[in-house]
Amino acid sequence: MDLIIILQAGVASGTVLLFATIGEIFAERSGVLNLGIEGMMLVGAMTSFSVTLKTGNPWIGVAAAMLAAGLISQVHAFISITLQADQVVSGLSVSFLGTGLSLVLGEGLSKAGTISLLPSFSVPLLSQIPVLGPVFFTKQSVLVYIGYVIFPLCWYFINNTRPGMHLRAVGEYPAAADALGINVYRLRYLYVFVGGVFAGVAGATISLAVSPGWFSELTTAGQGWIAVGLVIFAQWNPLRAAFGSYVFGALRRLILDIQGPTMLLGVANPFYYNPYYGFFLQMIPYAFTIIVLILGSREAMRKRMGAPAALGLPYIRGQRGL
Amino acid sequence: MEHVNISTQKPTVVSMRGIVKKFPGVLANDHVDFDLFEGEIHALLGENGAGKSTLMNILAGLYKAEAGLIYLNGNPVNFNSPRDAIKAGIGMVHQHFMLVPSQTVTENILLGLEDPRFRLRLRDYEQKVADLGERFGLHVDPRAKIWQLSVGEQQRVEILKMLYRGAQVLIMDEPTAVLAPTEIEGLFKTLRSMVKEGKSIIFISHKLQEVLEISDRVTVLRRGKVTAAGIPLLNTTREELARLMVGREVLFRLEKKPLQAGEVILSVENIRAENDRGLPALNGLSLNVRRGEVVGLAGVAGNGQRELAEVITGLRKVTSGRIVVQGEDLTNQPVKIGIRRGISHVPEDRTHVGTAPNLSITDNVIMKNYNRPPIGNRWVVNAIAASKYANDLRNSYEIVVPSVATPVRLLSGGNLQRVILAREISSQPSLLVAVQPTRGLDVGAIEGVQRLLLAQREAGSAILLISEELEELLSLSDRIYVIYEGKIMGEVLDGDLEKIGLMMTGTPIEKIEAKGGA
Repeated sequence: MDLIIILQAGVASGTVLLFATIGEIFAERSGVLNLGIEGMMLVGAMTSFSVTLKTGNPWIGVAAAMLAAGLISQVHAFISITLQADQVVSGLSVSFLGTGLSLVLGEGLSKAGTISLLPSFSVPLLSQIPVLGPVFFTKQSVLVYIGYVIFPLCWYFINNTRPGMHLRAVGEYPAAADALGINVYRLRYLYVFVGGVFAGVAGATISLAVSPGWFSELTTAGQGWIAVGLVIFAQWNPLRAAFGSYVFGALRRLILDIQGPTMLLGVANPFYYNPYYGFFLQMIPYAFTIIVLILGSREAMRKRMGAPAALGLPYIRGQRGL
Repeated sequence: MEHVNISTQKPTVVSMRGIVKKFPGVLANDHVDFDLFEGEIHALLGENGAGKSTLMNILAGLYKAEAGLIYLNGNPVNFNSPRDAIKAGIGMVHQHFMLVPSQTVTENILLGLEDPRFRLRLRDYEQKVADLGERFGLHVDPRAKIWQLSVGEQQRVEILKMLYRGAQVLIMDEPTAVLAPTEIEGLFKTLRSMVKEGKSIIFISHKLQEVLEISDRVTVLRRGKVTAAGIPLLNTTREELARLMVGREVLFRLEKKPLQAGEVILSVENIRAENDRGLPALNGLSLNVRRGEVVGLAGVAGNGQRELAEVITGLRKVTSGRIVVQGEDLTNQPVKIGIRRGISHVPEDRTHVGTAPNLSITDNVIMKNYNRPPIGNRWVVNAIAASKYANDLRNSYEIVVPSVATPVRLLSGGNLQRVILAREISSQPSLLVAVQPTRGLDVGAIEGVQRLLLAQREAGSAILLISEELEELLSLSDRIYVIYEGKIMGEVLDGDLEKIGLMMTGTPIEKIEAKGGA
């Protein structure tokens, strides 16, 4: 069990969570809770895999995943923004829809054979830095590097640009934004779409880079739900989201690797000798998600953590309050 | 103060002709005409529901009129959204502020504008905002977040938002409702300085005193119709305006019998409590109320009034201190104990706390005695006795409604408040805590509610009246406490408005008197 290798693999698997979490941050910052991430990620993973199989070009696969997941997200947008239905119910159904669609359309893909993956490479110079070099800059997929660039950009966009300011206003107090001529409905559609696109990339990151292939619903194995929890943990901030994603990626990897060695810290490794203990370890991220979601659903807690004030509320012009 | 001289009439900026607006079941505006001259402050006066806000929401592009025309500087205009109106130079400051609490003052002002294009270079714009504020006496820190600001400051941001967009016509919807007296003075100064720069202001209000103080001309609406069209204030009186507004003579003096206060009924000793967000709301507050007196609690909204009422009635726990009612310690006792000991509560939120909206009048009035004879016992409610009881209350409290089986959500504000008062007063409480009992009611209904409170005072209850209407506090109360940030700043016996105003903005009475003496 080599710590550097665990961290290195953790960063790669954390990139999946990073894309999904940042996408959800965009949607939630605009006031739309989208619980459909898991479904959208599966659609993304399946689409990118099958398109890459057909075309031989993984980049076309990624683009197709973005488009497919983005389209699925618009189902949620239509139901929750235009029809003003409950966002939790709509999000759950979109999750089922995405999962179902990808299982049906992905039937047989798991035996389809090998595909060309997205390129991996080491960054010259940066990979020479002790510890950080091997962890972050050695033999990582191009998507991992894109992740490094994208999260600070998203943070800057949300906090320091005019469209970002409008995004925040629409999620905090849509009536105020509307009164000044900002089109609340259009922006919400847009950012739900952005959230879908990111979820699609997250899915493609799994099937084309981190753990290549199509393993039906085990491809994502509930990471979409972990992303929902991470958004709350990150307090809707992309920088904190990146931190949380990489930590969780590493944790995921550690849980796998800890079951390997016979000795652990000088004593017999219980996880090696009794594999059932391993199940409890694997539960940790999901248990964490449940706890965060319970905390996050408490009104007082949400206020303290700075949740967008209009999160989960449909906007109806002329209605008092939000 | 300057008044418009009719003979040298200024040019007309806005002209609304034959405006009609219907809402389900209501004709909110019935062929309303309205003219605004350049550089004037024009008051739009009327009771709640008279159609003032509706008319102005049409002018501001928020509603569409069913009929009628709007002319701006003589040209017909058609606004499809507030954005169109703002572009044409018409800005409205709503009663409920349209500000994003988590964003800064500058960000709120820049929302929806084309400049800056992409990067928010807030530094540059903060300076612009500060300069604009300087020009009109609207001082506010451009970098402060909205939630950090007082209500008065937030109002300044709203005005700045419109000025920044180059508004020539500013519509102020009940702007003084949320302000302390000193802040009102500041607002009036700002409005006058804006008029000097050639801007025109529409001032929506139902308070005669303010209208008389600030405006040049006044248009009065009653039930959607104009009863006085742009009459100069010089040619009218307070009584005349009240008559135009209500449609009958209004007495401004309430009959209040001199009464000797009895023993102390409620004694609140040094209590502390938190608000819903876990922040301190009451910080060592003490007060007492005696039998047969009305004690007023004045203060700007959000200084702990609601929490105090909840703490006394048992809806909220205190973290320290004591609440004693008729010699019995009721600190952190459940509501039910309080009710048994004769505490009545007329809460601020009529529709959610005061009543159960979907239940009938009968069910709402028996809520406190359904399990006691003659209405019921531990197991059953006698429906016949209950509805007879409700009918008796309906007659004696003049609740205007076809049947006591009507769900209370269908009642008007005045009738709803009568239902609550009927329930709370008929139990002959020893202590009555009334929070904003007349808020949002029209002049006629206000008079009725105030009479009921005074009658209860004569019947020997101790009454704690929490209100933001100073006029009401002065006319009803025997003593007035002033609350500020969860503490009592002092007590006034003679209704000295200046003292109350100073205390409302956080000066303790000791300091005021020290200054007065020196």
